[in-house]
Amino acid sequence: MMEIGLNHYLILSTILFAIGLVGVMRRKNLLLLFFATEILLNSVNIAFAAISHYYGDLTGQMFAFFVIAIAASEVAIGLGLLIVWYKRHGNIDLDTLANMKG
Amino acid sequence: MFEAIAFYLFAFLTISMFYITVTTSQALYALTALAAGMIFISAFFFILGADFLGAIQIIVYTGAVMALYAFGMMFFDTTRAVKEKQGNKYIVVGMSTFAAILVVAIFAAPMLASNPTALYPIASDIGNTQAVGMVLFTKYLIPFELAAVMLLVAMIGGIVLAGKKMDLSLSVMSEADIDTLEENKKVLS
Repeated sequence: MMEIGLNHYLILSTILFAIGLVGVMRRKNLLLLFFATEILLNSVNIAFAAISHYYGDLTGQMFAFFVIAIAASEVAIGLGLLIVWYKRHGNIDLDTLANMKG
Repeated sequence: MFEAIAFYLFAFLTISMFYITVTTSQALYALTALAAGMIFISAFFFILGADFLGAIQIIVYTGAVMALYAFGMMFFDTTRAVKEKQGNKYIVVGMSTFAAILVVAIFAAPMLASNPTALYPIASDIGNTQAVGMVLFTKYLIPFELAAVMLLVAMIGGIVLAGKKMDLSLSVMSEADIDTLEENKKVLS
């Protein structure tokens, strides 16, 4: 109980990943959907850092760095697209993005 | 002892902050709770001895990403409460938990079974930042450069997408005005 091992971190990562998935499934607003994807990426980062520490290997931290870089570029592009969509249509609800429906 | 106390404290704080982020109906509450959760996650990195990763987490996530979201939210109507999908709550929570356990099991099980050895062991006589630099600029130099190019592409894409016609609001213009603008190739449709 008092000795924190790899399993503790993996369980924490699982809980955070589940919270992020719940957010992805129930959010309708695209901005809040982006927040949920940030939670997913962060939970994976915790798992990478924990595995890196408990196996004494720096590769996990390297992957965490690249995940952070991907998150930063995803935010830049996604927010740009979202702003264009909002300027054009006045809202960012997922249900209004159905104009390709036949 | 102190490690356990810190772990449980920050685990509780992080889970509660992210829970607020996915459940609140106010976008501003979600933003601030997410920023706080990012800060608390960096505490795990410091506990795990990944000092450089913790500093990067604070700088990039709470500094850059959250500031970008805050700027982006100025474009949107955030005072309105967000409507939510009204699905079956138990199915959503159950499927999410199942999927998360599955993902962790898929990645953790082969690792636990094969008992891996460290490819790039952490040198004990140098600090974390120096060790990270040595691995990053030798073994991971090409991914590092590719990430740099990707960030440049993302920056140019963000400028091109968000920076066009900042003085106009297409949502309050009439369709005819937008069409004349598009004919003049001045706006991204």
